[in-house]
Amino acid sequence: MPTPTLNIADLLDNLEADIRQQIAERKLDKPLLIGIHSGGAWIARLIHQRLGIAEPLGLIDITFYRDDFSQIGIHPNVKASQLPPHLEGRDIILIDDVFYTGRTIRAALNEIFDYGRPNQVLLAVLIERNGRQIPLQPDCCGTRIELPEGQRIKLTGPEPLGIDIRTLACAA
Amino acid sequence: MSRHIQLTETHKLKHFLSIEGLNKSLLTEILDTAESFAGISEHQVKKVPLLRGKTIVNLFFENSTRTRTTFELAATRLSADVLNINIATSATSKGESLLDTIRNLEAMRVDMFVVRHALSGAAHFIAQHTAPHISVINAGDGQHAHPTQAMLDMFTIRQHKKQFEGLKVAIVGDILHSRVARSQIVALNTLGVSEVRVIAPKTLLPAHVRSMDVIPMHDMDEGLEGVDVVIMLRLQKERMNSAFLPSESEFFRCYGLTESRLQRAKPDAIVMHPGPINRGVEIASSVADGPQSVILQQVSNGIAVRMAVMTMTLGSHGGTA
Repeated sequence: MPTPTLNIADLLDNLEADIRQQIAERKLDKPLLIGIHSGGAWIARLIHQRLGIAEPLGLIDITFYRDDFSQIGIHPNVKASQLPPHLEGRDIILIDDVFYTGRTIRAALNEIFDYGRPNQVLLAVLIERNGRQIPLQPDCCGTRIELPEGQRIKLTGPEPLGIDIRTLACAA
Repeated sequence: MSRHIQLTETHKLKHFLSIEGLNKSLLTEILDTAESFAGISEHQVKKVPLLRGKTIVNLFFENSTRTRTTFELAATRLSADVLNINIATSATSKGESLLDTIRNLEAMRVDMFVVRHALSGAAHFIAQHTAPHISVINAGDGQHAHPTQAMLDMFTIRQHKKQFEGLKVAIVGDILHSRVARSQIVALNTLGVSEVRVIAPKTLLPAHVRSMDVIPMHDMDEGLEGVDVVIMLRLQKERMNSAFLPSESEFFRCYGLTESRLQRAKPDAIVMHPGPINRGVEIASSVADGPQSVILQQVSNGIAVRMAVMTMTLGSHGGTA
């Protein structure tokens, strides 16, 4: 299968337009942007500028909420999540780089709900690929692509942002 | 022996029994992991689900409220279930052997033993004989080691001094009977401080002190000159009867940390103590409560360090856990 050509600026344009439309449709009030470390945080930073949101960007590291701790253990240097102390009743836009199995989002939602009960959470990703393993899906995305099972797509960055698609012996 | 039993084949920490046998990068990994956990205590929900479904047994054959409480808090903040076995009223006091107690707890499908015991080597012994999926953490064994206390002290030092290179550290008091001092000395040297001084009367220094990679000193004023960190040890009052010391007041006069003595250390020196403190015996109240004291930070840091060690050991089992 030929590797799709992906232009990050185009994907960001698509994602921004999609998010603006969803903000209007779902009537999001003073949305808080939260990026998932690390690729999601890079995208969130750019979307945060494009939308001109004054409130600081939230950052989340899902390491403590992963479901594969028993298999892989823990890595040191977990980045501390930076979220406002109260998420109760907030409208949140959660941003990640690639949506694949859905497990990262499951972990991120669990962490967010430990800070309080948000009013709405909108999920926005730069790239949605096939391979979902749990019943979650993005509300907004820059593009959707189909990749063979053994291929993995990864955002590289933060400067410059790039997209790396490679075949792995064991896809994560 | 500890070198091998503590690590998995891939050099991950499986048990945490002593600082001996662990290299600088592993000790640094413990400190880095603890730093990741330090923020959780500030959250509204002071809990993460990492060890959900794991059962941790606190096996305290010797009393210690602070150590047991911080281990328990560390475990519950990781969402593990905690079982506190009160040995005084348990089957052990009815004559059940230590290994039989362990076998019974294993049969209840527990995942970790946190062991405090008056005999040196007790945690090693349990680690050697327990089922392969179980991790053991030494919470103090006899006069041998207290590795989590040493690591929370290292964490506190790094928090204030940023790095270990170039630091001069003085450990003052009953070095002879102190498992804390023993673990601290090994950790400080492994992490690369430039000087560890041990300050005590001759009767409270071990005979083999020269082989411990420390500078033994008997004069407190001289010993504190220019140090970055002062670690006071608790004078174990139970030792007072055995002719190690003339009296408490005599000890305070010679080795007690007072404000004027502390001035010999660097102006930004920090004062540490593993607790419980004997005010007016090894440390003056004005120093213990003073601006250079980080004694209560040590207690808070103890939770993060114990969370790190629990997570690293239980995460080392790979697919077998």
